[in-house]
Amino acid sequence: MIHVNDIVKQFDGNTVLDHISTELYDGKVNMIIGQSGSGKTVLMKSLIGLHRPDQGDILYDQRSFIAMNEKDIRNLRREMGMLFQGSALFDSLNVIDNVRFPMEMFSHMTEDEMETRARYCLQRVNLPEHVFRLMPGEISGGQQKRVAIARAIVLEPKYLFCDEPNSGLDPRTSLVIDQLIHELTQELGICTVVNSHDMNSIMEIGDNIIFLKNGKKEWQGNREDIFHTSNEALEDFVFASNLYKKVKQAHTKHFQA
Amino acid sequence: MPHTIIERIGAYFLLMGKVFRLPDRQRMFWRQYSFELEKQGLQSLPIVVIISLFIGAILTIQAKINTENPLLPTYTTGLLTRETLLLEFSSTILCLILAGKVGSNIASEIGTMRITEQIDALEIMGVNSANYLILPKILAFVTMMPLLVIISIAVGLVGGWGVGAFTDVITVADYLVGIQYAFNPYFIWYGIIKAVVFAYIITSLSSFYGYFAYGGALEVGKASTNAVVRSSILILFADLLLTKLLL
Repeated sequence: MIHVNDIVKQFDGNTVLDHISTELYDGKVNMIIGQSGSGKTVLMKSLIGLHRPDQGDILYDQRSFIAMNEKDIRNLRREMGMLFQGSALFDSLNVIDNVRFPMEMFSHMTEDEMETRARYCLQRVNLPEHVFRLMPGEISGGQQKRVAIARAIVLEPKYLFCDEPNSGLDPRTSLVIDQLIHELTQELGICTVVNSHDMNSIMEIGDNIIFLKNGKKEWQGNREDIFHTSNEALEDFVFASNLYKKVKQAHTKHFQA
Repeated sequence: MPHTIIERIGAYFLLMGKVFRLPDRQRMFWRQYSFELEKQGLQSLPIVVIISLFIGAILTIQAKINTENPLLPTYTTGLLTRETLLLEFSSTILCLILAGKVGSNIASEIGTMRITEQIDALEIMGVNSANYLILPKILAFVTMMPLLVIISIAVGLVGGWGVGAFTDVITVADYLVGIQYAFNPYFIWYGIIKAVVFAYIITSLSSFYGYFAYGGALEVGKASTNAVVRSSILILFADLLLTKLLL
């Protein structure tokens, strides 16, 4: 579980995160949503330790990030898995070596054990055997995302961070990736944090949703709560498209009936 | 990329502080090191051989033209060719050439890893990305450079011999006497010491510019150009300083 306590982050005098406090739960998909420039990425980067908050603290299972030195931060990061927007697979390694990389770096497993574990993770994300030896540039965007998920979970992390996991993917592949993230979160009981402004993802897998606006936490709830919210900013954001307006109207009618 | 020159110098030394640490996993370091030996060193061999061969031949012809004087001994041409190769060409000029090949390669490789978030991915895993990516490159090139210098000297001398053997510019006998006359072995060490320092400048500076690249392909291109230009200038400064200190 991650506790975010009153964090503030400024860049050149501009306040990008303004006294944000929230809790991110284990076994749930915690989604950070908001418009471009609302502070989602800075909050995500603060959570993974790429930015240090100017004020406030982040507690990872009661361990204070502010109190950590460089070595502690590196040890904490070994408990994290991260799915980047562009997958961030290593160009010089093939698919299976990308997944083996964290094990080669940090585990004391034998060659056979690493190979078995890497194969298991790749199969778990539904990748066919024939892509295991291909280079990242030779596989599709959706497959790259799956390899990145396999690499992120290979050391059984406590925290999984996903930065816009559906960016650049078609709706069907997006759905597959969303379901995979949701399944893995429940299966491994990890604290998953997803940064997204994809409404399909939010309504599909958002167990705990944090809505940011202008660097402030505007709203927090689950995907059911979104239909009943009276928060205007959230309504403007979520129901910006006619399709979702109609979905809300239908949902309200159904609820009233 | 830090803005002012003072910030850049500070950022460079902070980066080197992260680079020169014990690797997280020795096995991974040696794997990267051997890979870089092949990539930065062995793959530079063809260009080193070709350039040295031609420059050795050209130096011999030019030396002969400029020493065509009955008062000068006939071995002067070989002597001049040898001294030029030993003292300047096979260390400084070769490193300026390799700054273009190796430096731009390193800056663009690390810069691309930066903008495609591969370096962030390493950091999130808890890997010291600077140490993992840069240390093998620096050590591999510093290791290979003395070898490249010796090969360059040898091939350059063969190039000069070729002029004697295949043209009537100079006789082989005169050339061979010249390249052996008043030989000072310290000049080889002088060339090697210079080359090791230049190899460090090329790899560390190119890694620095790549590591702090941001934005897109255009910025990676700029980082690559900056790496080559700044490395070349610094090599010339270092050459002046080392020559004053060592000769």
